[in-house]
Amino acid sequence: METLVYKRPESLLKAEKGGGFTFCPGCGHGVILRTIAELLDEFNIQKDTIAIASVGCSVFMERFLDLDVAGASHGRSTCVATGIKRCKPNNFVLTYQGDGDAATIGFNETIHTACRGEHITTIMINNTNFGMTGGQASATTMLGQVTTTTPYGRKAEETGYPLHAAEIVAQCEGTAYSARVAVSDTKNIRALKKTIKKAFEVQLKGLGYGFVEVLAGCPTNWHMTPTEAVEQIENVIKTVHPLGVFKDITEKESV
Amino acid sequence: MAKELVKGNIAIARAAINAGCQCYFGYPITPQSEIGEYMGAHLPQMGRVFVTAESELASINMVIGAGTTGAKAMTSSSSCGIALMQEALSAMCIAEVPGVIVSVMRGGPGLGNIAPSQGDYFQALKGGGNGDYKLIVLSPSTVQEAIDLTYRAFYLALKYRNPVMLLAEGMLGQMMEPAEFGEYPYKDPDVTQWALGCSHNREARNLVSLYMPEGALEAKINKIFEKYELITKNETTYEEYMLDDAKLVLTAFGTVGRIAKAAVNKAREVGMKVGLFRPVTLFPFPDKELHEVAKNTDLILDLELNKGQMLSDVRSAVFGACPVEFYGRSGGGLLSPDDIFAKIQELYEKIDNKKAAGVV
Amino acid sequence: MADMSVIISGFGGQGALFAGILLCHAAVEEGKHTTWFPAYGAEMRGGAVNCSVNISDCEVPSPIIDSADVVIALNEESQVKFEKKVKKGGILIVNSSLSQAAFTRDDINYLKIPFNELAQQLSQPAFINVMAIGVLLEKTGILKSDSVIKAMREMSKNVSAKKAALLPNNIESFEFGTRIIKKQLVTA
Repeated sequence: METLVYKRPESLLKAEKGGGFTFCPGCGHGVILRTIAELLDEFNIQKDTIAIASVGCSVFMERFLDLDVAGASHGRSTCVATGIKRCKPNNFVLTYQGDGDAATIGFNETIHTACRGEHITTIMINNTNFGMTGGQASATTMLGQVTTTTPYGRKAEETGYPLHAAEIVAQCEGTAYSARVAVSDTKNIRALKKTIKKAFEVQLKGLGYGFVEVLAGCPTNWHMTPTEAVEQIENVIKTVHPLGVFKDITEKESV
Repeated sequence: MAKELVKGNIAIARAAINAGCQCYFGYPITPQSEIGEYMGAHLPQMGRVFVTAESELASINMVIGAGTTGAKAMTSSSSCGIALMQEALSAMCIAEVPGVIVSVMRGGPGLGNIAPSQGDYFQALKGGGNGDYKLIVLSPSTVQEAIDLTYRAFYLALKYRNPVMLLAEGMLGQMMEPAEFGEYPYKDPDVTQWALGCSHNREARNLVSLYMPEGALEAKINKIFEKYELITKNETTYEEYMLDDAKLVLTAFGTVGRIAKAAVNKAREVGMKVGLFRPVTLFPFPDKELHEVAKNTDLILDLELNKGQMLSDVRSAVFGACPVEFYGRSGGGLLSPDDIFAKIQELYEKIDNKKAAGVV
Repeated sequence: MADMSVIISGFGGQGALFAGILLCHAAVEEGKHTTWFPAYGAEMRGGAVNCSVNISDCEVPSPIIDSADVVIALNEESQVKFEKKVKKGGILIVNSSLSQAAFTRDDINYLKIPFNELAQQLSQPAFINVMAIGVLLEKTGILKSDSVIKAMREMSKNVSAKKAALLPNNIESFEFGTRIIKKQLVTA
């Protein structure tokens, strides 16, 4: 039986400094950012971390985490991260991106960053649409999914098939760790923390690129209640974007 | 240090290394690939950073990352490659991230050709990126000046926390002439007041290009434009040649500036009072200085390897003080000293005729 | 002669560009101002190439040459293309081994030299580009032979061992070039 002490992580910006989440009800970002903050505290690397804010709702990371932050244009977070890490190899470098950013406009950059084996960590929040701009279809949108740009559901013959980021990133030789988790129930949220922890560790040990794709709810754009959004992840999205660890080069070591 | 024979592209690369360039990010494109090749051969050996990026989009954003840490970072490319960087250049200006961009122009539009061109004056000066911003743009006309301005580019980037573009032509990149490197002559400013990295003894900070709260963006733009005024006051540089009694003044930048000088010499040999005004900094553009020149001459002839791009800045500087004519070639055609001399003869006659007729 | 403009032209592989760089290096050895400007097609090998070289006691404003004091045409295409670029009273050095084109001007001096045939008399490989530089020096005296040889030695320090091993051949070709006119090997 473990004892959990619930306190506000130091790496979360304090309320008096303007912190405090303002995401939509049921949005996954808050849980994920808090998890990241807890891990930065646990590794004691808050003051040595540079995070890259991307474009989309993920950009709010800059307002909620108490970290040095560099901004990046659409899809270029891992490039900015590469420039930082190559100059400051002792800093912990983290990109926080959505599926629109890392898997759509910036997927070329994601793949090349993985192939170069950059010692950085990417947390990609996949809510299967462009959240901030109002719920348009992204590369990860599922077949049949209704979005503002696929009002009759995504059709393969019109807009192709969903992109499975974590699986593709796992194919790159420079990737040390690639996994998909979900912000849905307690079990999955605990798995989320373990998984992100692993992705942090591969950077801290200098093993290569760490990539975590997190399925997260976007009830506002999905036109669902928060509860329905959780069910959507569990019952629908997971069947298209399955959870799992697709690459973990530390496994060989630990065996 | 003695002068040595050196090619323009190599001179720029070597000067960047001398200037303390810690990292180079780039993607190959003619006519400047030798810069990346030289960097690739030398930077890693020196324990510095060299990355061949997947695209120009990636390379300029890697420069941004390096720049946010206060490192001296650079990329180099040519016309269509520079086009891909415009979004990032705009972001760098508003986020106040330093960096050096070497643009060795080729023929455009499109893939164009690899012949000498100055078709990217607008791209460098008027921006393909969004919003109100300015790059500091330096324009070398000789290999020696390419070295000196590369040094200056790194210094100015850090001093003003703004991207600095060295705008050269393929001709300068490909040509060789004697030059000397000397030492990097500047004392770099402290970056610890703004650079990202270790935040143990200070508040966390950010360098971003998104300013959502009401009034925030306007305030930031006003701040960088105050800086641009300071840059104009401090850094405007130009060359004047044989202007004292000139009735006809040529304006030209980069290598066209030196070719125009040959035409001035030729005109002077036959007694024509012709001079040259060559902006070295394109931003800041020497507006006031050119205006003074215009007040004391009968005609300005602007020469460019394009359809008339700097011309708009020349006209706005002259502001009616004298007539402005344009002569240029685009798409790879060169302006030779003889071409320019022929144009000088044609216009010089007009000045004399007008004078005789009492028009001027 | 204090100033000289030279265009050296041939097809890729004949060493036209290298010959120009060699001239520039030698000019630097003598503390002169100089520029070298190349022109070539998109091909990595075999296309038409040329370079413009200026040598002067004063600063060289334009690397571009409107009319050249000397043109060295290493093949027929170069002769045809650049004959009109020779300044009145200037010199056109033609590689008659690879050009049968007629001479069309009477206001310039032609030096018709069968470089490829002459090269057979030398240790192999021999180099017609540096032979031509030898001719240029013998004819115009623009630079000292010693400066060119010194430049060749300097340049061989920064190349692969395989290329550096060709230095004696280069020197032999060059020195032979400087005696071509004296030996009356110029064909009519």
